[in-house]
Amino acid sequence: MERDVDRADTAPIIDVHELTKSFGDKVVVDRISMKVLPGEIYGFLGPNGSGKTTFMRMLCGLLTPDSGSGTCLGHDLVQEPTAIKRSVGYMTQKFSHYTDLTIRENLDFVARIFEVPDRRKTVDEAIARLGLGARQKQLAGELSGGWKQRLALAACMLHRPRLLLLDEPTAGVDPKARRDFWEQIHKLAAEGLSVLITTHYMDEAERCHRLAYIAYGRLMTEGTVRDVIDQANLVTYRIEGPAVRELTERLRSSDGVGQVVAFGNAIHVSGEDPDRLTGILGSLLGTEQAYRPVPATLEDVFISLMKRAEDNYR
Amino acid sequence: MRERFSMGRFFAVVLKEFIQMRRDRLTFAMVVGIPIMQLVLFGFAINSDPRHLPTAVLVQDPGLIARSLVQAMRTSDYFAFDQEVATEEEAQALIERGDVQFVLHIPVDFTRELLRGERPQLLLLADGSDPSATSNALGAARQILENVLARELVGSNQWLRPEASSVELIVHAAYNPERISQYNIVPGLMGVVLTMTLVLITALAISRENERGTMENLLATPVRPAEITLGKIVPYILMGYLQAGLILVAARVIFDVPMSGSLPLLLAVMLIFISANLAIGITFSTIARNQLQAMQMGFFFFLPSILLSGFMFPFRGMPVWAQHIGEILPLTHFLRIARGILLKGNGPAEIAPEVWPMTLFAVVAVAVGLTRFRQTLD
Ligand SMILES: Nc1ncnc2c1ncn2[C@@H]1O[C@H](COP(=O)(O)OP(=O)(O)O)[C@@H](O)[C@H]1O
Ligand SMILES: [Mg+2]
Repeated sequence: MERDVDRADTAPIIDVHELTKSFGDKVVVDRISMKVLPGEIYGFLGPNGSGKTTFMRMLCGLLTPDSGSGTCLGHDLVQEPTAIKRSVGYMTQKFSHYTDLTIRENLDFVARIFEVPDRRKTVDEAIARLGLGARQKQLAGELSGGWKQRLALAACMLHRPRLLLLDEPTAGVDPKARRDFWEQIHKLAAEGLSVLITTHYMDEAERCHRLAYIAYGRLMTEGTVRDVIDQANLVTYRIEGPAVRELTERLRSSDGVGQVVAFGNAIHVSGEDPDRLTGILGSLLGTEQAYRPVPATLEDVFISLMKRAEDNYR
Repeated sequence: MRERFSMGRFFAVVLKEFIQMRRDRLTFAMVVGIPIMQLVLFGFAINSDPRHLPTAVLVQDPGLIARSLVQAMRTSDYFAFDQEVATEEEAQALIERGDVQFVLHIPVDFTRELLRGERPQLLLLADGSDPSATSNALGAARQILENVLARELVGSNQWLRPEASSVELIVHAAYNPERISQYNIVPGLMGVVLTMTLVLITALAISRENERGTMENLLATPVRPAEITLGKIVPYILMGYLQAGLILVAARVIFDVPMSGSLPLLLAVMLIFISANLAIGITFSTIARNQLQAMQMGFFFFLPSILLSGFMFPFRGMPVWAQHIGEILPLTHFLRIARGILLKGNGPAEIAPEVWPMTLFAVVAVAVGLTRFRQTLD
């Protein structure tokens, strides 16, 4: 995806090297390196418990890395956490504003803590943008999940951060709100804001400029959507017809088949070795049932990466 | 890079705590309810006029007047004559075991000495550990003695009558040499209530943020530990004054506690006492892993405070090690200050020796709290 960025501004916003964090003897983030450029929307994907939240927390000074180093907005992660916090907007995975304060009081508190100039106007605008003018006196705890997410997003942008760290901001949000959200994110990115965002939605992953996929604390792949799919070296065949259901089991138990995923009346069969895969398909299906190659989707790639990680690191 | 203390951020925390405090009905009810409850409980004890207190008699004089005196006390409401003892040792043992509240001792030759005008002694041994329970009865004993003498000393003995002065009533209070008066309780109560509520409330202050997850958001902002800690203390200072005010008004209006010293002085020193309690609460809060632990720590602090400060037991009557612990606790010093100012009319010079230990305690508690404050979620 093409963006025009000022040459002077192209120093990475996030630039970390081999960040590692363990809890007890469990390595939760394992030597992850990453660069995020100004104006970039960087998607951070991985199964639950793979260390995404932990990684984000290290970026904004909430956790101290066990080893590794790096900078965020040009400030050292370990030495200058306060300088980082001043220009980062962090949206936690779990709603962590005050449920016993109203919407306005929560926003006002955040604005005061960040010493936002022109506080009242900033908060007014945020409430107007949220479309919550009429409900600003409602307690945050009474909001539905989707509105809580929106409030949290509005709160982490009050102080005009240069980097947003969004931890599953759209989990449990309806499709319309998600689309609005992404439109807003792209608008902000066009203005130069960088965003690191975790998500489990494939359509959201595809809207990111670049992606990283982690499993068991390790970075499995990284790059644009195209890069990620290409790097996976995955061949996928689509099989349609009435017999697919019984085929699925047989395919799953054969060596050389990476995964079999059902899509309605069809299945996608993927593997890393094209010759072996066509061999298996040929012997199982004979000639009467057709199979045709289709481009691998991100989801195919991620599922295959996850399985690979399971085999290697568990 | 050290970040400076920001008044703006500090004020943000203060404001937030105020709003939360106002909305938290339960806490608010506790803040107002506890002083009222305590006042009612202790006030009842103060006002109560217990009767039929178990009493033993040790009569070594077979004389007429002695018998008449025993009879009169027996018929009064205040004393319940349960048993007669033959020796002083027996009497002492009864008091020690708490079996009786009083022992009336009429010595040998009481009647004879009285009739000779020799001012004999009449001994009333009292268990003084519960002064509010016994003081009315003591007054009654004096009255009964006077009545009996007036009735018995007739005819040729009438010249002896000038009231009780013809007999020396000696009251010996066991266990409570300081003879704590009723008035001692209300000023003490103020300190106890402040310790109890303030330590508990602030002990929850930071652990609550940890438990609800709001700490994660807070720590992701530039806010400093000192801003959070002090910002959480300030609103509760006002809460402490609210409680103290309630008790002081009740002390004056309901219990007629004298206020001989300077009220502004008391209120000024109270600031240090309140801060010390809030500081220790916050410190517990930074050490505790969750709200339950914080509560438990609060109770562990509260118990020695109430037991070793001189509120429950006379301070000088405690073992030395207990006195040493007591000297550390802010409540000990505040009790002395409050009683000193209210009852004795003490001024700044007299209370100064009690002020600095409280101040030191507050400073150390804040310092420990700040160093213990976890700035990350590690
Ligand atoms: N404070 C902590 N103490 C111990 N274990 C933790 C802590 N935080 C996270 N973990 C563990 O680290 C792993 C990764 O967690 P997390 O970073 O939240 O993953 P994700 O956000 O990708 O779902 C999980 O197994 C989780 O249980
Ligand atoms: Mg997470």
